[in-house]
Amino acid sequence: MKKGLNEKDKKSLDPNVSWKDITRGGNISSPGNAELFKTGDWRSMKPVWIEEKCKQCLLCYPVCPDTSILINEEGKRVDFDYDHCKGCGICVKVCPFKAIDFVEESK
Amino acid sequence: MGIRERMSGNEAIAVAMKQINPDVVAAFPITPSTEVPQYFSTFVANGTVDTEFVPVESEHSAMSACIGAQAAGARAMTATSANGLALMWELLYIASGSRLPVVLACINRALSGPININNDHSDSMGARDSGWIQLYSETNQEAYDNMLMAHRIGEHKDVLLPVMVCQDGFITSHAIENIELLEDDKIKGFIGEYKPEDYLLNRENPISVGPLDFIPHYFEHKMQQSLAMKNAKDVILQVTEEFAEITGRSYGLFEEYMTEDAEAAIVLLNSTAGTAKYVVDALRKQGKKVGLIKPRVYRPFPVDEIAQALSKFKSIAVMDKADSFNAAGGPLFTDVTSAMFIKGICEPKVINYIYGLGGRDVKADDIESVFENLLDIAKTGKVDSVFNYLGVRE
Repeated sequence: MKKGLNEKDKKSLDPNVSWKDITRGGNISSPGNAELFKTGDWRSMKPVWIEEKCKQCLLCYPVCPDTSILINEEGKRVDFDYDHCKGCGICVKVCPFKAIDFVEESK
Repeated sequence: MGIRERMSGNEAIAVAMKQINPDVVAAFPITPSTEVPQYFSTFVANGTVDTEFVPVESEHSAMSACIGAQAAGARAMTATSANGLALMWELLYIASGSRLPVVLACINRALSGPININNDHSDSMGARDSGWIQLYSETNQEAYDNMLMAHRIGEHKDVLLPVMVCQDGFITSHAIENIELLEDDKIKGFIGEYKPEDYLLNRENPISVGPLDFIPHYFEHKMQQSLAMKNAKDVILQVTEEFAEITGRSYGLFEEYMTEDAEAAIVLLNSTAGTAKYVVDALRKQGKKVGLIKPRVYRPFPVDEIAQALSKFKSIAVMDKADSFNAAGGPLFTDVTSAMFIKGICEPKVINYIYGLGGRDVKADDIESVFENLLDIAKTGKVDSVFNYLGVRE
C-alpha cells in the first residue's frame, strides 16, 4: 500500500500548524499515517532478534499487536521496527526456538 | 399560507422531523420526550418517512448512533429529556468536537435526584458548555419553527455544530395548542439536501473521524470549534430571516416584549414567557412600565445584543429555571451579568430569581411580585437581595 500524507493532512499534522489551517475536528484523509507517530520510546523491555536461531517459522509475525515485525520481499522476517515496537513481549513468548531475547531497554 | 392545525409540542417536533425526513433517528424513550420517537416510529411504520429508525437500548447509544450516522454522511436526529440527556453527556462533547451537526429535541425536565419528571431547565443548562447550539422555545409553534431551522444552522459550513432545540416538558410538550405548519415542499426547499464536505462513506475521499489528538493539535481544534460557535450567531440570523420570508414568522436572538419605555424588565426562557407577557399586559394597563426579554438563542450567547437591550432599564430580574448550586446565581443570570459588565453597562440593578424547580407552578401572581420588587428597586435604587428563590415555601 502506498503510504504518505496528502497535502492537507501534512499541513494539519505539522506541529507548528495554525488553527486556521488544521483539519476540522481532527479529521484525517490519508490512510496509514499512524506510522508517523513514533511509539518506540514507550518501551521498557526490548525484544532482540537472534538471527542464527531463527527458523523463519513466522509464528511471531501474526501475534504482534503492532506491525513491528518487518517482513522482506522474500517473505522472511527481518529485524524489529523499533520506532513502533512497545516491548510487549508476546513474540518472545510465542517463539518455539528461543530466537528472541528480551532485555531491559536501558542495557 | 401554512396549514392550520392543533397539536402538542411533542407532536409538533415529531411532525417537523417527519417533514425533514432525516436519514437516521436513534432514540430511547424518557418522559416527557417519549412521544417524540413514539409519533415518529408510527411515521416510519406507515412508510411516511424513509428514515432508518434505531430503537437503541439507552440514550448513550442513541447519541452514539447519531454520531456514527452523521459521521457516515447522514442527517441524524434524536429527542430526550433530563437523565436521558445526562446519559448522553460524553457523546454530546464528541458530537460537537467532531463537528457533526446532529439535531436533538430536548424536552426540558428536572434532573434527578430526588426523582422528578416535571419541567425545569437543569438538563439543558448542564449541557450549556458542551459545544451545542441551544435554541429555546416558548410555544409548540416556536419549537416546530426552531426544529425546522436547526439543520440549516448546524450544517452551515461556517458552523458545523450540533443543535439542541429546547421546550418545556409537559407545559408545552403535552399541551395542545394551535399551530401553523409549513407545507412539505416548502420545507424541502428550505432545508435542502444534506451535502457534507467530508464523510466516512465517501469512497472518493475516505477519512478518519475522531482520532487521537494530543498536546500539539487539540487546542487548535478547540479554537476552531470556539470560532464556529461565534460564527453561529450570524448564521442563525440569516437562516431566521430566510425562514421569515417563507412563513411570515420572524424571530431574533431574543424577543423583546413591551421594552421600549420599560423601567423594569424580566429575562427568562421558554414557556414562562407566556405568563410573563400576560402579567406585563396587566401591569401596563395600570400604567406600570414593565417589559420582558426572552432569549431564543442561548448558545451562542448574544453578549453584545443582550447587554445593549438591557442597558435601557433601571432594574432587571434574570429568572433561572435551574439552580447552578454555585452560591453565585443561576446560569442565565451569570451569563447576562457578565455580558453587561464587559460591555460596561453597570447602571441597571440586576437580581436573580431561581423559580419553578421540579415543575413548581409559576403563577401570574408570582411574576407580578417580581415586577413589584423590580419597580421598587427602580424607584429607590436599593437592592435588598440579589439571589432570590420564587415560590419555595419558607
